[in-house]
Amino acid sequence: MDIRVQQEPFDLGCEAAGFAEKTSASGAVVTFTGIVRNTPEGTLEYMDIEHYPGMTEAALGQIATDALTKWSLEDAMIIHRYGKIRVGEMIMMVATAARHRKDAFEAAEFLMDFLKSRAPFWKKEVSRDGAGWVAAREEDEDALTRWQQ
Amino acid sequence: MDVLYFAWVRERIGLPRETVETQAETVADLVAELIAREERYAAAFADLSALRVAVDQELVGFDASLAGAREVAFFPPMTGG
Repeated sequence: MDIRVQQEPFDLGCEAAGFAEKTSASGAVVTFTGIVRNTPEGTLEYMDIEHYPGMTEAALGQIATDALTKWSLEDAMIIHRYGKIRVGEMIMMVATAARHRKDAFEAAEFLMDFLKSRAPFWKKEVSRDGAGWVAAREEDEDALTRWQQ
Repeated sequence: MDVLYFAWVRERIGLPRETVETQAETVADLVAELIAREERYAAAFADLSALRVAVDQELVGFDASLAGAREVAFFPPMTGG
């Protein structure tokens, strides 16, 4: 299990390859990457991401541990950045490794659903017209209920 | 006790953390004490349904006990990923 909270960019190709190489019993690796998307008007300059040092690492560790318990995974990884991240840059990635793809896909989705609303990060959008905190979406909260059965 | 604020709660109160001397038994009691202090706290805590709270880095409800707590954090719903 590899959990990283960092300001620096990461290299998706290197991280995905390194993660896959470390596995020995897996036939499936799934990765998901989140990228800073521009507004429809194209005015966004960057995202400023704040987090709660200490709690962030603990929450991500707990979410990954839950995934490893719930699915038959060999390994899981989460990288999440904070600070100023420009449009088009990568914010975060998760990777899961399992014998078969179903476990790897489902566990990756579970990690994403919990990261969205249970990991202490807050996004501020800074655009040419001003700055504002991104509001949490109700769908993100609803997404958690399907994992609670 | 250390009290931490994040995102717009931090902006509204005007500081990221402070040490508070309190006898508050629950999070709700602490919130009431803070609101009574100054207008900027009242503004930040005006709508508790828009806030989340963690005691010693664990998410809890506003009725949670503060017995033995070292750190309380207030913030809006999280927007990770």
